[in-house]
Amino acid sequence: MFIFRGSAPKDLVLSPEEAQASMQKWFEWIGQLSAKGRYVAGDPLLKEGKSIEGKKPVVTDGPFAEGKELVGGYFIIKAESLEEATELAFGFPDFEIQGSVEIREIMKIPMA
Amino acid sequence: MNPHQGGSPQQLVDHLFRHEAGKMIAVLTRIFGIHNLELVEDTVQETFLKALQTWKYHEVPENPSAWLMRVARNRTIDLVRRQQRLSAISEELSLLLQSEAELTILQFFLDTEIADSQLRMIFTCCHPALNPEDQVALTLKTVSGFGVIEIAKALVSSEATIQKRIYRAKEYIKDNNIPFEIPVGHDLQERLDTVYTVLYLLFNEGYNSSKADELIRHDLCGEAMRLCKLLSEHRVGGVPPTFALLSLMCFQASRFNSRIGDHNNIILLEHQDRRSWNQELIKKGYQYLNLSATGNILSVYHIESAIAAEHCLAPDFHSTNWVSMLKLYDHLLALKPSPIVQLNRAILLAQLGNTAAAIDAILDISGLDNLLQHHYIYPAVLGDLYWRAGNRDAAYRHLSNAYALTPSLAEKKLLQDKLDKVETDRPEPGAS
Repeated sequence: MFIFRGSAPKDLVLSPEEAQASMQKWFEWIGQLSAKGRYVAGDPLLKEGKSIEGKKPVVTDGPFAEGKELVGGYFIIKAESLEEATELAFGFPDFEIQGSVEIREIMKIPMA
Repeated sequence: MNPHQGGSPQQLVDHLFRHEAGKMIAVLTRIFGIHNLELVEDTVQETFLKALQTWKYHEVPENPSAWLMRVARNRTIDLVRRQQRLSAISEELSLLLQSEAELTILQFFLDTEIADSQLRMIFTCCHPALNPEDQVALTLKTVSGFGVIEIAKALVSSEATIQKRIYRAKEYIKDNNIPFEIPVGHDLQERLDTVYTVLYLLFNEGYNSSKADELIRHDLCGEAMRLCKLLSEHRVGGVPPTFALLSLMCFQASRFNSRIGDHNNIILLEHQDRRSWNQELIKKGYQYLNLSATGNILSVYHIESAIAAEHCLAPDFHSTNWVSMLKLYDHLLALKPSPIVQLNRAILLAQLGNTAAAIDAILDISGLDNLLQHHYIYPAVLGDLYWRAGNRDAAYRHLSNAYALTPSLAEKKLLQDKLDKVETDRPEPGAS
């Protein structure tokens, strides 16, 4: 799983042409992952949300993180190893605009 | 769900966002007022961020333009609803006003109304009280959807300068309550003239700029043509001078790629490969030129377009109809007695074989000394003519001066070639 942070905050000011170029880069990246049969699914996450925390659970309204820490979306991809997945994540288009990717392996639980 | 499987990467139409930005800004300005341009721009930015977020993970909607407009429209209704709630009126009246407002907002998002709002925006950006450079910067920002960095690149200026120009223009519009409307009667005539000047300036910045990079120059010419076409499609803008300007741009643009050689050198009209001129654009140029041939106004754009058409008509440089060209330049000089027109007319005299008259015509230009010291094109042409006339010393002096003045590497290369020839005293090819 690729967890994307940053790069969708409000303070990101892109000109229309830059926004379009950024989108095109995403299409190409997803296209490449798909062509290799690596892309499985992906979704953006809305900025609004809630969180519950504490021994006496208290609800707070999101966003929970500011700017570059905010999770903006995720991809599920197929890869042979964590190393290969990491390699694939280098194609992430938003490094230049302070985005980052966390790469995590989804644990397979063997069926009894 | 995976919309990407199997297919090639999705593609957006070129400049989709930029063009949609112009539309949205115009419509929202009609709703929120020109004094709220910041709010308008923020709303447009939000719309793009939303598109960015959803489209990149899923699919580009079938009609992206309608999608963007719908998001902007809903956001607008939302904002207006919030405004209403603040009013000190009964809930009943508020609801009534709300539904009234929403109906009007929906109207504003109809295609014909969008075009109308865009025209209002063009006319407002070209308000005659604004500096020409502020008009250009504001037009690119609000009508064309260019970012500040892109404008700075296109106009070969700094970001800070462009920011300042845009800020100054916005403040002026706000402080002086410049209405967001299409002027009528005599004011319309006057305003159209300013709009033509701004569009022509935009086009020429793209066409002639020797410093900006190729891509942005292309964009600028394309944008000037797009706006001119937009103007021509509207009832108030579809008048002969608009078509004349549009045809002029088509003729000029048809040679865009033929003017620069493989080594980034400038290829003069004389040496361009005419087969590489864009025939499609030339055809459009003639179509618009025909459309411009009504009414009783002969604008400078009519004449300049006719001149450009003469070049396109000639199968090669030497069969150009110089006599007819000279007549057109005489007309142009009467309408627009500027040094650059005088210079071009002098070049024609030389083409017709009268080098001495050409030199005299240039020496007649008022303020020539100043022009020779600041604009490379004058010493470049004069030096060339002196060389043809056999005056090597004067030729060398003026050409060296031109070399020092031009910032363009391509021009320098061209001038260096000439200087080499003058030095070794080889005769100018084609001179007789």
